[in-house]
Amino acid sequence: MNCINPISRRTFLKTSGALVVTFSLAPESVFSQRLDGASSNQVDGWLSVNADGSVTAFTGKCELGHGLYTAQTQLVAEELSVPVNRVKLIQCDTEITPDQGTTSGAQSHPTNFNHGSLALACATAREALTRLAATRLGLPADRLGVKDGVISAKTDPSQKVSYGELIGGKKFNLTLDTRAKRKPAAEWTILGTPVPRIEIPAMATGEFEYVHNVRVPAMLYGQVVRPPAVGSTLVSVDENSVIGLPGVVKVVVKKNFLGVVAEKPWQAIQAANKLKAVWTPGTGLPKHSEIHDYLRNKKPTRDTYAVNSKDVDEKLSSAVKVMKSTYFYPYQMHGSIGSSCAVADVQNGKATVWSASQAVYPLRNTVAMVLGLQPENVHIIFKMGSGCYGCNGADTVSYDAALLSQAVGRPVRVQLTRKDEMAWENYGLAFVIDQRIGVDENGTIIAWDYEAWSPTLGNRPGMTNPGNVVTGFLAGFPPAAFAARTPAPDPTNFANNNNAVPSYVTGTVNGNSGGTGNVRSQRVLSRDVVSPFWTGPLRSPARLQNTFAHESFIDEVAAELKADPVEYRLRHLSDTRLMDVVKGASKAANWDSRPSPRNGARRGGISSGRGIACVLYEGDNGYCAVVAEVDVHQDTGRVAVKRLVIANDVGPISNPDGLRNQLEGGALHGVSRTLSEEVTWDDQKVTSIDWRTYRPLPVGAEIPKIETVLINRPDAPAAGAGETAVTVVAAAIGNAIFDATGIRLRQVPFTPERVKAALGKIG
Amino acid sequence: MSMITLKVNGRTHMLDVDPATPLLYILSDDLALRGPKFGCGLGQCGCCTVIIKGQAVRSCVTPVSSVAGAEITTLEGLGSSAKPHPIQKAFIDEQAVQCGFCLSGVIMTAKALLDRNPKASDADIQQALSGVLCRCHTHTRMVRAIKRYAQGVKA
Ligand code: FES
Ligand code: FES
Repeated sequence: MNCINPISRRTFLKTSGALVVTFSLAPESVFSQRLDGASSNQVDGWLSVNADGSVTAFTGKCELGHGLYTAQTQLVAEELSVPVNRVKLIQCDTEITPDQGTTSGAQSHPTNFNHGSLALACATAREALTRLAATRLGLPADRLGVKDGVISAKTDPSQKVSYGELIGGKKFNLTLDTRAKRKPAAEWTILGTPVPRIEIPAMATGEFEYVHNVRVPAMLYGQVVRPPAVGSTLVSVDENSVIGLPGVVKVVVKKNFLGVVAEKPWQAIQAANKLKAVWTPGTGLPKHSEIHDYLRNKKPTRDTYAVNSKDVDEKLSSAVKVMKSTYFYPYQMHGSIGSSCAVADVQNGKATVWSASQAVYPLRNTVAMVLGLQPENVHIIFKMGSGCYGCNGADTVSYDAALLSQAVGRPVRVQLTRKDEMAWENYGLAFVIDQRIGVDENGTIIAWDYEAWSPTLGNRPGMTNPGNVVTGFLAGFPPAAFAARTPAPDPTNFANNNNAVPSYVTGTVNGNSGGTGNVRSQRVLSRDVVSPFWTGPLRSPARLQNTFAHESFIDEVAAELKADPVEYRLRHLSDTRLMDVVKGASKAANWDSRPSPRNGARRGGISSGRGIACVLYEGDNGYCAVVAEVDVHQDTGRVAVKRLVIANDVGPISNPDGLRNQLEGGALHGVSRTLSEEVTWDDQKVTSIDWRTYRPLPVGAEIPKIETVLINRPDAPAAGAGETAVTVVAAAIGNAIFDATGIRLRQVPFTPERVKAALGKIG
Repeated sequence: MSMITLKVNGRTHMLDVDPATPLLYILSDDLALRGPKFGCGLGQCGCCTVIIKGQAVRSCVTPVSSVAGAEITTLEGLGSSAKPHPIQKAFIDEQAVQCGFCLSGVIMTAKALLDRNPKASDADIQQALSGVLCRCHTHTRMVRAIKRYAQGVKA
């Protein structure tokens, strides 16, 4: 789609051949009003049947590289019984699509593929079309069938009418019907099949338009100048240092926000480098090597109990044996491969922003705040960016472009430098986690005690907090306030969306057990503290860190008791679906049942081992287990992951190949984060600012063989798939290293230095 | 500013540009090509890769003046979605893409290698891609696609 001009839904439908001839006299056509959440209970808010019988559908959940665009297209095609290539899906545009809040990778499937939203709109539409056909053909609805957008009598296919003839170009004027029946998974012919990703041919040939490729007439190029250190504020700017340089249009200052606008990108970059500005010194940072002590001791805290059976101390004191361990996780970054980019056109009190934001409607509100406009005068158009893995710089750069465009009254494109992307993004959370358990005489765990500290500052901006990301903050908006709270109140219901609660406890709150395990005595206390850096959701936020601690710890306990790690897990689990992924992965991996570490592990040379880990992601959103096989090169400390066997259960599978792609990518992302990724800083500023100082696994790295076992559950609710595999990999690798060598790594990343240091200690 | 002649994907362009400008900006902004992308601007990721004289070149750190007159091929210069080049087809067939932003780096680097050395070993391929990043970590499928293409080249 060309994006020279922002288009209203009305013109869009006109130009796409989907002009809707309304035959009702109601003036409030859904196509002329803004589709906020409230109006998306209308079928017309979600889809229209065009005159030629093709379908245009509208979604508030966007493609992030995880295949959701294709899966949603399959969903529409399946529910309406039309071929995939007759469906055109329009995603995330505040003037066209329904408001579905934020597209976070693991949440989109539950939202649109269960009994609501897009799926329900399609089911409602199909039933309405069948009713219309019954009337038209003079036959009862139950004697009709649908194929390729044509409804016909089951016994006499010559009696037929097409969607186009029934409603083409007209409105449904129907509210979503919660009783409308979805097509049973057993009858699927499109969903559940490996439909190739729709965008891939354009991507592989350089035709695809990312937000980075958006070009608007009269567009200028902006560059921002971020503070030199964390906490620096702007004292003065010498505009003369750049005015007069080729192409420079303007220096823009708003509180601590500073940027330049030029005719060409290279001119803007040079001007930003030459611009003389005076900043206050930074406010200082805790020592990198002491960050975990810093978190543990930082006050005030915000304390939360996920579970508290109030008998943990008593049970631990009566236990035959008590064991404890502490686990450490670093700050990590999203590190999108394309630094974040947006184009904004702010003129005459109106703004249009092309953005890769995961949240177009919330962004509309916060852009309005940043610019001092009314939200209805801001139009956000989603354009895909490079993979974001959560809250990367997409929102912040949208504010950058908007502020610069407002200052010059012309469209401005901003793409962050690599350093500005990496030094100021909302990092994934560092964590320090204390674990303690007690066992009885049979070696069964009788109490589990967890206490963790993690930092927070900012987040996704949501509807009201542009200061949750760096640009909004620099422009004068505070981040969401930190609400200290201690002691933690008693939990009122069980929720495990951060996976703070281990899989092995009952998750009992107020008499209801929502957990997946058997251990009844349980206390899970999470303490948030204010972070020195921006933080935000990074693929499997908190869940990965917690799962690393839980799944490493259960392994340590099993090893201490000389139990097989798979058997010991199963013994403490009650949820059969979680048990099934554990069994599925271990079976496919030919799991060698015995305690860890392996007998006769040599000192020196290469030593091999296997480890397992599992999770019910977010407590209710996808089951996953992985077996990792590693070689530990003991002389160098290098860990080579040789094989990953992943078993996954996300309910009904929408697209098996898409699911595999996500699992493989998630697992390798996990390997990269486990072995080498870590944000670093000195006493003033972040020092991991490029791909030499922050080192992910390159494409040419030695990569493990990855095998996937997909467990399809057609009758279960749909769950997310993008963040399950990444959650379990760190623990599985740590457990495999232990199996190979007998050394237990409790701090991610498992760098060669750390491996060698640990080997040295026992060697 | 000075006039520079660039030959890109078989077309010749006369451009009045600052000769120190990195080639990437000329390709993506003056010529509005979508294949080469800004990933790091530091020669560290591969997103901006083009092929010049059979070599994979990182256009973000290549001054435009240094490639004046040379034949430059970008990702879109290989083929189109209607008629993809065999290496692009291999990526489509293997579904070796997640967000796709890194593809110029992966595809152009592998193609330059295999054009030079059709018998490249797995280790050669690994070596060539050791400085290419894909943050979606689509590595397994990408390597499979490259090998599929390599098979075809050898055959
Ligand atoms: S953009 Fe050129 S190597 Fe990264
Ligand atoms: S596919 Fe997203 S960076 Fe490679």
